[in-house]
Amino acid sequence: MMKSIADKLERQLPRLVLAPTVLAIMVFVYGFILWTAWVSFTNSTLLPKYEFQGFFQYVKLFGNDRWWVACQNLAIFGSLFIFICIALGLLLAILLDQRIRCEGAIRAVYLYPMALSFIVTGTAWKWMLNPSLGLERLMHQFGFTGFTFDWLVNSEMSIYTVVIAGVWQSTGFVMAMFLAGLRGIDDAIIQAAQVDGAGLPRIYRCIIIPSLRPVFFSSIIILSHIAIKSFDLVVALTSGGPGYSSDLPATFMYAFAFNRNRLGFGAASAMVMFGAVMGIIVPYLYSELRGKKHA
Amino acid sequence: MPDMSAGNQRLSISQTIGRWLIYAVLILFALYFLLPWIVMLLTSVKTMADIRTGNLISFPREFTLEAWKSAWSGACIGVKCGGIKAYFFNSVKMAVPAVAISTLIGAVNGYVFSKWRFRGSEMIFSLLLIGCFIPFQVILLPMARTLGNLGLAQSLSGLILVHVVYGVAFTTLFFRNFYVGIPTELVNAARIDGAGFFRIFFRIMLPVSKPIFVVCIIWQTTQIWNDFLFGVVFSSGDTQPVTVALNNLVNTSTGVKRYNVDMAAAIIAAFPTLLVYIVAGKYFVRGLTAGAVKG
Repeated sequence: MMKSIADKLERQLPRLVLAPTVLAIMVFVYGFILWTAWVSFTNSTLLPKYEFQGFFQYVKLFGNDRWWVACQNLAIFGSLFIFICIALGLLLAILLDQRIRCEGAIRAVYLYPMALSFIVTGTAWKWMLNPSLGLERLMHQFGFTGFTFDWLVNSEMSIYTVVIAGVWQSTGFVMAMFLAGLRGIDDAIIQAAQVDGAGLPRIYRCIIIPSLRPVFFSSIIILSHIAIKSFDLVVALTSGGPGYSSDLPATFMYAFAFNRNRLGFGAASAMVMFGAVMGIIVPYLYSELRGKKHA
Repeated sequence: MPDMSAGNQRLSISQTIGRWLIYAVLILFALYFLLPWIVMLLTSVKTMADIRTGNLISFPREFTLEAWKSAWSGACIGVKCGGIKAYFFNSVKMAVPAVAISTLIGAVNGYVFSKWRFRGSEMIFSLLLIGCFIPFQVILLPMARTLGNLGLAQSLSGLILVHVVYGVAFTTLFFRNFYVGIPTELVNAARIDGAGFFRIFFRIMLPVSKPIFVVCIIWQTTQIWNDFLFGVVFSSGDTQPVTVALNNLVNTSTGVKRYNVDMAAAIIAAFPTLLVYIVAGKYFVRGLTAGAVKG
């Protein structure tokens, strides 16, 4: 009798062990998302109210100029950030893959920004791009007295400083992924192409780069995920300014939900961000998991 | 890489030029990645007078550690003028337990998901996986309220809880993917011999888990140490982690800006994760690609 209870317990053990995590995920991830979703349909300001008011927060959100600036900035930042990181990352990976001396050291240098927090990166670049004492001063002292660089305080250009710092931080990571991809390519295929008399540029263009398609795919997913969540970098670099010219959705949400205490409005913007990320991630995870089952 | 020179020992002139070009580009990019770090170091050991007359990469005319001293224990952050020392230790007090707890939970979870699958466990795993990717803006508001209700608002314990909850998805993923590669026959044989759930975990799984523990701990340490969003939302004043304090130091402009102090503080804030990267870079990269690519 005792033994069978112990047996039963033993059989349930895996489920029991997992239970706290499952509970936590259900509450802290899914429950919280539902809560935020619900609040986004209410007229909550400082404190949450729970009467359903329909979609008016979303209507207000998409009628809000600042929100559109944030979305437009995300489009600019996201596309440039992804494109430049991938282009540079691929270039550096291919160059590093040419039997380079001190490859390890060079790779380590390219990758160290990944270990820094975006706040540190932002602080460093804020200083580098300082309109009077930074790069501009450097160029002046080199003799280029006509050189001006005021992007940090120029509301037309401030979002591009975020691109500069973001690219600096993430390129090494993309390079590492491409390098791993390059090392995984079967040499036999390449040798066969060489025997057929194909030149190196042609081999890269027609064989190697196309076979890196999965790496392109995951890089784009990861980088767009980083871009949508970007918050720290903007805060440290420009604080969203001048004015709100370099706002991103993440800083927008923070400003309204926490500084201005407009809970419902902030929740609505958070839900839009959530929808955007899920639109990218869920199909990706689905294809990954399915791919594994077929393999 | 494709080896074009196989067979002929002598490189043609164009190939030699090509090699030099590759090295030139690689070194140029290495300088680009190193530049902000060099500038930070140089700026942090200059006097303010030196900064105003020199430029970003000019050598300090007078080497001084005043800025470092001030950043560590004298600079004013908010109303307090004790430097970032206290905040640095806040980060330590937050990161150590959060990393330890989330890693241990992840290890056991990963063990269940890989070796004790039950009906629905794959489904749970997918639900957990999505938790890795949600934009945290969508849980900030309810989390702030929950921490308030638990009496953990603006406390280090609250921050630890948040980091554990949202870190477990990642740590579980790491361990699950690692344990999948360990032969299940080993586990089955032990089961036939009468070994139970925990006995197998401690005797068979844990002894081979060292590499994944290293990867996981490094990943979590970097994530938690570098976090800004949770820090800025869930802490205030005395309980702020170092990233938040650094940002406050740099971005609150009362009195004269002391760029040398800003840079010294940024280096101090970056130091632990950078050290981890230098000491265990190999594992760091492995974590990045494992966490990201195999998402």
